[in-house]
Amino acid sequence: MSETRYTDQHEWVRVEGDEGTVGITRYATEQLGDVVYVELPKVGKVLAKKAEAAVVESVKAASEVYAPVGGTVTAVNDALNADPAKVNASPEGEGWFFKLKLAGKDEVSALMTAAQYADYVKGL
Amino acid sequence: MTDTNEVLLRTPLHALHVELGAKMVPFAGYDMPVQYPTGILKEHLHTREKAGLFDVSHMGQAFLSGDDPARALERVTPADLAGLKDGMQRYGLLLNDAGGIKDDFMTSRLIGERALYLVVNASMKESDFAYIAERLKGLAVLSPKPERALLALQGPAAEAVLARHAPAVASLTFMKVIRADIAGIPAIVSRTGYTGEDGFEISVAGQDAEKLARVLLKEPDVLPIGLGARDSLRLEAGLCLYGHDIDETTDPVEADLVWSIGKRRKMDKDFPAAEKIMDKVFNGTPRKRVGIRPDGKAPARDNTEIADKSGRVIGRITSGGFGPSLNAPLAMGYVEAAFAADGTEIDLLVRGRALPARVVPMPFVPHGYKRAKPNS
Repeated sequence: MSETRYTDQHEWVRVEGDEGTVGITRYATEQLGDVVYVELPKVGKVLAKKAEAAVVESVKAASEVYAPVGGTVTAVNDALNADPAKVNASPEGEGWFFKLKLAGKDEVSALMTAAQYADYVKGL
Repeated sequence: MTDTNEVLLRTPLHALHVELGAKMVPFAGYDMPVQYPTGILKEHLHTREKAGLFDVSHMGQAFLSGDDPARALERVTPADLAGLKDGMQRYGLLLNDAGGIKDDFMTSRLIGERALYLVVNASMKESDFAYIAERLKGLAVLSPKPERALLALQGPAAEAVLARHAPAVASLTFMKVIRADIAGIPAIVSRTGYTGEDGFEISVAGQDAEKLARVLLKEPDVLPIGLGARDSLRLEAGLCLYGHDIDETTDPVEADLVWSIGKRRKMDKDFPAAEKIMDKVFNGTPRKRVGIRPDGKAPARDNTEIADKSGRVIGRITSGGFGPSLNAPLAMGYVEAAFAADGTEIDLLVRGRALPARVVPMPFVPHGYKRAKPNS
């Protein structure tokens, strides 16, 4: 049983047990354009909620990706080094960025649900 | 600097860009397409493989008339314009009195016409036109042509595409310019561009621009290309972007644009700050514009500091990003002269880390220009 939640900075986190998988949303990839490089955090790095966690670069510009919730990085998606275009092709699937062992669950419930995020994006 | 209340100008192709689904952004005071639904990466690669159509109508076009407009214009540029032959275009630098670069621009001598045809950068056109008019007062009259549109058709298929609508263009070689009708539309066509590819720049009356664009976009090899790919294409071609790679704080020697100074002009030293510039030509300059390839995959953007291997800052990136044809990051920037040799190992200071890189020759991607054969 997993649940995906969203931030107003267009990150998503999919929570399974005490682990969260983090990436950026389809809307974010459409704004960025073609992703050409992703700088991922090191495994073991402790991230506070809203801390800078990764950098995603398109042809035109670099953008920061923030940790949607606090936790310790347990895995990163190394496949993005060879094929950063996965982020555009499948932002909520193969284009995931990193996994976190969550510091606490209450931070998750404060984030937007899929329906709330869809409404938020419509208003942008 | 973004002023959201600023009223953006529109080129004659604005409605077409919107119809084609372009993402529009402010650029040099105009609402311009940064990309179409194709996306920057594919737009870039398509231009290198087939042909791309660019709207560059925001650039400044003008005619310069007078008894000898070429001699007059030489007051503000070191280019050899008096020696510019009929039917040829030439690149030049507009210099201030200190030898700083006010802009770079193109001058054309159209066959059988006394007036010169000029194209300057969009962001600088008002300033350039005022400067030229003032410096050439009494010698030549500058007539800006804001009502004209400018399209660029770039890529290896450009000749075949354009020749279907204007057979005369096939005989042009790099830097030649003619007046020709394209699908019945009167145009000034030059075999030039800003992508490193073979191609054409086409100046037409604003009211004819959309008709011409639609004719060219109907061609299966042609896609509309936005400013995003225009920037990555010119960077791979090693071409300067005014305001980034050259400006009033840089001179022709450190910018590595001495080739744009005419031989006669070097001898006569009759251009702004000629003594100072020629001294640098012979005795060297403290810093130099160079090409840079990061060893890794992370791009280093404009204003990234460049350091030597001991960590001392020796320069700054002026254009940096990702080259879709290289499939790798690339940059140009200024370094102290001692670090300007090809192969020099340097570090790029990106997000608090030193990323290894090296100085490389430009262009990063070979030019595809159709040059005239020697002795022909």
